[in-house]
Amino acid sequence: MSEAPLLIVDDLKVHFPVPQPGLFSAPRPLKAVDGVSFTLASGETLGVVGESGCGKSTLGRAILRLIPTTAGRAIFAGEELTALSEAQMRPRRRDLQIIFQDPLASLDPRMTVGDIIAEPLQSFLPELDAAQRRAKVSAMMNRVGLSPQMISRYPHEFSGGQAQRIGIARAMILEPKLIVCDEPVSALDVSIRAQILNLLSDLQRDFGLSLLFISHDLAVVRHVSHRVLVLYLGKIMELAETETLNRRPRHPYTRALLSAAPIPDPSLERDKERLMIGDDLPSPLDPPSGCVFRTRCPKAAEKCAHEVPALAARGAEDGSVVACHFPD
Amino acid sequence: MTGDALLSVRDLSVRFETPDGTVNAVNGIGLDVAPGECVGIVGESGSGKSQTFLALMGLIASNGTVTGSARFQGTELVGLPPRRLNQIRGAKMAMIFQDPMTSLTPHMRVCQQLSEVLVRHRGLSHDEARAKALAALDQVRIPDAKNRLDQYPHEFSGGMRQRVMIAIALLCEPALLIADEPTTALDVTVQAQILDLLGDLRRRMGMAIILITHDLGIVAGLCDRVNVMYAGAFCETAPVGPLFRAPQHPYTRGLLSSVPRPDQRGGALTAIAGQPPNLQMLPPGCPFAPRCAYRFDRCDTERPLLREAGAPAHLKSCHLGGFTESGAVLP
Repeated sequence: MSEAPLLIVDDLKVHFPVPQPGLFSAPRPLKAVDGVSFTLASGETLGVVGESGCGKSTLGRAILRLIPTTAGRAIFAGEELTALSEAQMRPRRRDLQIIFQDPLASLDPRMTVGDIIAEPLQSFLPELDAAQRRAKVSAMMNRVGLSPQMISRYPHEFSGGQAQRIGIARAMILEPKLIVCDEPVSALDVSIRAQILNLLSDLQRDFGLSLLFISHDLAVVRHVSHRVLVLYLGKIMELAETETLNRRPRHPYTRALLSAAPIPDPSLERDKERLMIGDDLPSPLDPPSGCVFRTRCPKAAEKCAHEVPALAARGAEDGSVVACHFPD
Repeated sequence: MTGDALLSVRDLSVRFETPDGTVNAVNGIGLDVAPGECVGIVGESGSGKSQTFLALMGLIASNGTVTGSARFQGTELVGLPPRRLNQIRGAKMAMIFQDPMTSLTPHMRVCQQLSEVLVRHRGLSHDEARAKALAALDQVRIPDAKNRLDQYPHEFSGGMRQRVMIAIALLCEPALLIADEPTTALDVTVQAQILDLLGDLRRRMGMAIILITHDLGIVAGLCDRVNVMYAGAFCETAPVGPLFRAPQHPYTRGLLSSVPRPDQRGGALTAIAGQPPNLQMLPPGCPFAPRCAYRFDRCDTERPLLREAGAPAHLKSCHLGGFTESGAVLP
């Protein structure tokens, strides 16, 4: 991975103005993503994990410019996406796709499956005629495990797992370089979830895709990702290789997440060491001073309230970084 | 078992009449729950796990019919008139649901929602009920309960709302708590606390719990016995240890191997191919046969019944001989 990264995210911030009750009070910023930096290599999967409200979906959408950024840059294949106009951005979307959580809600109920998957082709490859489009759609349906005979059916005729396959086919039809997967398996049953995860990893291998894999489920993230980014209240707590994170989590929040994830093995699950943290996420409108995690942190000390811990190696030599004054 | 069981279910079936035909949601379930026991019901969406227990609580939709028997503390629940059922549910048998927001009434203060049960079932005065409501919130570890008593549900976080639901369910100290996916809508750190709380309350109050979930990890942590449900029937039932150590039904094995484990990163997950069956047109043979890697002729023609699978109290509905702990197939 010595070549230049496919995606560089540099100090990205997304703040939403929230109106205040007073008639003349200025809106306050809700810092959904607050200074996030990372890189993503070609063919790499970076997992983004965190609890609801930590800003993980906002981060994915801001990179794709589906929502405006407040500050910072996202550089894709050497080009600064955040500096492009809407018109300049449009052709770049061919390489940047997204898969959503709710597979049925993200498909237009009045379009046939064939039309849904072909729509990106009509936008970006208008030179193709109907027969060529249909051939490409059939091939892609085959590739994601849908029978091309179903090309004229409507989304409601499909189960959740099949609908997610349609979403994946739509994202893959232009052979993009990067796909943001926003909780792609959270709405699916366990047995179907494994099918979709296997499909995504096959596609990644065959097409050299980069994936930004957003999920609240640490077990799933650990399974698919090369590296994992742990997000809390819009800030990175820890970023490390998956193996390292598993073996030696350094941030107390990462340790809490790892110990809270249930293991399907009675003896391991009952004997494991549990690190419990309080369950009240502070309001993102009024985040704690210093380290944002300190109100739930078992190790919080005086220093944590005054000084924001920088994201740094702190003794690690494998490129992993942690934002904690007292890492393990 | 039947003599000292708290809940004893025999051949329970639930059918729904729909414009498209009859849906066989639950097909002949048998289950015993002893006092203080924690029983897990594992299955995917549409497997009938919720409908089974909604039927026991008399809460199924109006187009549904329940047949069979379910005796709770000696009282037959199936066919019991609502007036009699109301003396049992909420008081001796309580249920909590997946979504703590929609299960609470948004325009009622938490205090009212808690005391309603006590005024109705125990005939307490308002002041007595309020004092008990406060104690109940303390019991489920809601900090600053005194001030939160007069708040509305939207002022509580998801985890706190589920605690309120549990507090309501426990007010009359039920002998049985049915928890239907109680932590599915919650973050993992909050989930860990709610499960911890359930385990703790069970130990302190000697209450039996039926835990309905799709998450095998939760079952592993909390339950004594597990029933795996597929197409409206139990396909395997076993004490929690043997179920995870030597699962005997191909579906259970498939479920376990579809879950990513921390010790097995990368690599393909062994997914179960295909889709769950249509409950309007169940095949004559084993309902899992179309997805089963071990299927043979008999599976297509004859529905397997629950039978002993090697160890006592370990049952499976499968024509196959079984599996060893290392996964080898026995003929």
